[in-house]
Order: sequence, then C-alpha cells, then structure tokens
Amino acid sequence: MTRQAPIDPATTEALIRVRDLVVGFGDRLILRGLDLDVYRGEVLGFVGGSGQGKSVLTRTILGLTPKRSGTIELFGRNLDAVSQNERRALERRCGVMFQQGALFSGLTVKQNVQAPMREYLDISPRLMDELALLKIELVGLKRDAADKFPSELSGGMIKRAALARALALDPDLVFLDEPTSGLDPIGAAEFDELIQTLQRTLCLTVFMVTHDLDSLYSICDRIAALADGKVIAAGPLATMLASDYPWLRAYFHGKRARAIAPPAEV
Amino acid sequence: MAANLMEPAFTTSRAGELTRLALSGDWTVAAGRTLEKQAAALGAAAQGAQRVAFDFANIGKLDTAGAWVIDAARQKMAAQSASENLSPDMATLMHAVGWRDFNAGRAPPPPQSALYDSFVDVGESVVEAGHDAYTGVAFLGETVASLSRAVLHPAKFRLTSLVYHMENFGLRSTPIILLINFLVGGIVAQQGIFQLRYFGAETFAVDLIGILILRELGVLLTSIMIAGRSGSAIAAELGSMKMREEIDALKVMGMRPMDVLVTPRVLALILVMPLLNFLADMAAIFGGMVVSWIYAGLSPDAFLSRLQVAIGLNTFMVGMIKAPFMAMVIGVIGAMEGLAVEGSAESLGRQVTSSVVKSIFMVILVDGLFAIFFASIDY
Repeated sequence: MTRQAPIDPATTEALIRVRDLVVGFGDRLILRGLDLDVYRGEVLGFVGGSGQGKSVLTRTILGLTPKRSGTIELFGRNLDAVSQNERRALERRCGVMFQQGALFSGLTVKQNVQAPMREYLDISPRLMDELALLKIELVGLKRDAADKFPSELSGGMIKRAALARALALDPDLVFLDEPTSGLDPIGAAEFDELIQTLQRTLCLTVFMVTHDLDSLYSICDRIAALADGKVIAAGPLATMLASDYPWLRAYFHGKRARAIAPPAEV
Repeated sequence: MAANLMEPAFTTSRAGELTRLALSGDWTVAAGRTLEKQAAALGAAAQGAQRVAFDFANIGKLDTAGAWVIDAARQKMAAQSASENLSPDMATLMHAVGWRDFNAGRAPPPPQSALYDSFVDVGESVVEAGHDAYTGVAFLGETVASLSRAVLHPAKFRLTSLVYHMENFGLRSTPIILLINFLVGGIVAQQGIFQLRYFGAETFAVDLIGILILRELGVLLTSIMIAGRSGSAIAAELGSMKMREEIDALKVMGMRPMDVLVTPRVLALILVMPLLNFLADMAAIFGGMVVSWIYAGLSPDAFLSRLQVAIGLNTFMVGMIKAPFMAMVIGVIGAMEGLAVEGSAESLGRQVTSSVVKSIFMVILVDGLFAIFFASIDY
C-alpha cells in the first residue's frame, strides 16, 4: 500500500484541536488536561486501555458529554464561542459511526442513509434515492440490502450501513468508534481497506478509536495513545514502537502484537 | 459554510463539432436544487453536439453528489464525451462515483386496484385475529402449566422475584388506585343523589354506590389502571429483553422464560389484584360517603347503616372473585405481547400499545361474561 506524503503539523490545518480538556463524572476525573490535534487528510488511530476514556473523548468532542474545562476547536472554531446555528453547521461536516451502528431500527438501510439528507438537503426525491443507493454501494453493500431493516443485517453489514449513514452528507471529518470490532479478520481487513479507499476518494479526515493492531499498522497515518487521562504519545507508528511508556510497550510489543510483522522500514 | 459557497455554473463554447463545457463554482450537494438544474442544463447544452469535453479546470469543490450528477449528464448524452483538467483527487472521485442506473432491471410492482387491496387487508386481518386467538390460548396454557410446576415444586420457585413484582405492581400502584376510586365513588354518589332527589329517594343513592362499586366499578377501574400501569410494564420489560437477546440467553442456559419471567409476574398480579380491589372498593365507598354527607346531609352513621341493609356479602364477593381472573388476563396478554417484540424499537412500541389495548378490551369482555354468569346463577 502506498502511503501519502506524511502530514506536516506545521503547515496542515488541524480540524480538531483539543487543549487542556478535563472531563469527569461525579468526583472521578476521566480526562485530565488532554491535548490532541487531528490534521486535515490524515487517519488518526486513537488507542488506550478499556475504561481509559476513549469514547468519552469522542463524545465530548461531539458535544454529547459536557466538559469541565478546556477548549475544543472543530474546523478552527472554538465550540464554546460559536452560536447554535454555527455549531449545527459544524456538526453537519462531521459524520459519526457508532460502535454498535446506532442505526434507526424502524427504518430501512436506505431510509437510515437518507435521514440526515431529508433534514438538511434541498434536493429532489429521485436524486436523494440515487445518492443513498450510491453511498450504500460505496461502502460495499449490495443493492438489495438497501430495503432491509437493521435487525435483518449481519454484524458486518450493520457496520457498513452505519458508515454509509455517516457519509450521507459528504462530511469532511469522520469519527469511527471501533469500526472493526466484532468482525472476523478477513472482514476487518476488508473494512480497513474500505475506510482507506473512501478516505482517498472522498478526501476524508478520519478519527478512529480502535483496538485493532492490524488497523493501526495498515491504515493509520498517526496514532495517539491515551493513558491516565492524557495523550501520552502521538505520532506515526515508529514513535509508538520507540516509546518506553509501560502501557505502550505492553500494547505494541505484547504477544498479540508480535503475531503481526511490523513494516520492514520501521 | 453556506456563506462562502459558490453556485455551480458552467459556460458553453462550440468549436466545430466539439462542444466544450467549462464547469465552475462548487458542485456540491449543499447547492441543492440549483445543482440539479445545472446538471440538467449540461445535458441541454450538449444537444446536437458531436463531441463534448468537460473542463474541470475552474471547478471549486466537488463532492459525491456533484460528481454523480455530472457523470449522469455525461453518460446520458448521445455524443462522445471526455473530461479534461481533472485533478487527481477529482479523478478518483469521478471514477468511484460513476453514474449507474439503479433502477435498471427492476420493474416496478404491477399496480393493484383499491378494491383488491382492501380485500387483501380484510383477509389478512381476519387471519391475524384467528392467529392471535390461537396463540393467546396456547400462551394461557403454557402459563397455567408453568404455574402448576411452581405449585408442584415450590422449592424451585423464585420467591424474591415474586415479592419484587408484588411490590412493584401492588404497593406502588396503591396511591393512584385509592385516588381514582375515591374520586369515582364521589362522582357516582353525586349523580345518584341528584337524579334520585327527583323521586325523593336520596338515601337510595347509598344502594347505588354500594352495589355499583362493589360489583362492577371497583374491579373494572382497578383492572384498567393495572392494565395501563403494570401490563404495559410487563410488555416493555419482556420486549426489551427479547430485543437484546436476553430471552435467548435464558433459554440456552436451560432456564424457561415462562418460569423465570412470566410466572412470577402473572402470579404477583394474581395475588395483588384482590388486595388492590379491596382497597379500591373501600376508597370508592369512602368517597361516596363524603359526597353524600356534603350533598345529601347524610351522616356517616346513617350512610353505613343504610349500606348494611343495601348490600350483602355476595355483592362484595362478586367483585372480589373477578379480580384474580382480571389479573390473569392482564398478565398473560402483557407477557405475550412482550415476547412477540421483534428487532426494532418501533415494534416494541407497537406491542406495548397493543398489550394495553387488548388487555383493557379483554378485561371489559371478561367482566361482561361474569355479569351474564352471575345473573344466570342468581348470585
């Protein structure tokens, strides 16, 4: 697989810029002064142990969980300073794929993909149909899956349908929460490839929470690792492998990691 | 975003048999109908041309929708066409989003007449009603079998669960049942007094209150309230367990959902319903007594002595006998509808609604049957 030129933080626009973020529930702090940048055009893999707050960070950036302090900038706009309307416009530029899909169970796959379109777009029903079917084909689902209900889909198809819905409005930034969890290795590899292809064709920026070492090796441009409520390391895979933080050593040099041959040049 | 959006546009220039369409602006879905109009205009502009060239040099933004409509226009043209000055990103996009006819080879279903459709609907409803009756009886049988297993093997019975549900269905619905029955008792008394006053028979309002409440209203109101409050809760609980495969998990662990989930709930309802019915009767009679005092000047002493003459033990028993049957009806219908939930949230809502509607209907039907029965045995 050919890599694009590495992202240069100095010259590339950061689509997400998180500074000094503190999030807690009750008297327990989950994120303690977290800093993170996601640059335009990259695939950022976000790793961290279970319960460390990866999902909390995603939910906080999306405005689903309130923060205690700190700033979050999306597309260069501070989320605390924008009006409701502007915030909605920013949200329209983000697509989110939840871990369990979160497809609307009462709607077919096609209606699920069309749900955000109906809300935001002024286009003819015919074009809306065509675009929904196009998105469904782009994520690798068959034409007849469009009229099925989520309860009739397999786990892999639900992931694909959820991705199609996340792409419905042609977002610039896509959040993926454990996209390959629950897929078999072949399905997971196909999904990785799909994310990469879509990222290239649609010029997406991808923020991906994942545990899948294969995904990290094969499609992530940069990796950020979360521990103790902070990003303890961020950078390409080489940085991760070189880090001597105990959790990262265990993660990237553990038994499961050894099964994967790291790229030769690293 | 909308502020700095450039409208999609193009210019046409003809040189011999070559028509050049130079695209400009942002061809994105945010342009909405303008995008579609411009795409239609592309087709019109190329009318009669031998060769068409699309020039992407001045295009601003391009997304999947833009690529789709441009490619659709291109492929529907009779003329030969080519794309020029595509940036690598746009070329990838145009390639991936090539227009294809999604409706090709898919004939629309042949239209049926409205008469035909309505016959189909009626037929389906009849079949479904028959099916409902059949499954209802089957489910009732299963419940009874499970209840008798509980009686035969009391050691295996889930007592904690039973007590928990009795608290939920019984104790926690006591206040609302007391309140509505107090009010209804008062209302019946007031109307009785007003209407009987024409005949100078105000004191007979006490007979009306006693008989009507004890025989019919107390148990009916309690059942309807419990159907709305606890029957729906049973349907919703079992339904969401079914949705999340918890019922299947029970089955593979060798536990019968009937024994674990349904029986404790149905039995709890059967046990608390007579208790609630008794409280309801008392509250309604108390309401009637208060209102009689206010409107007819009938003191509580006079009210009670009149009541003693008016009713017998059988009046009270008619209501009480019905209570456990109502509980059975509500519990069985709630559990049955809950277990019929399928994958979607919509189906959960549908089944919960249907559990309430069906159990209220059945409660009234059963009450009617009891009325016929008691009348014929002269009780």
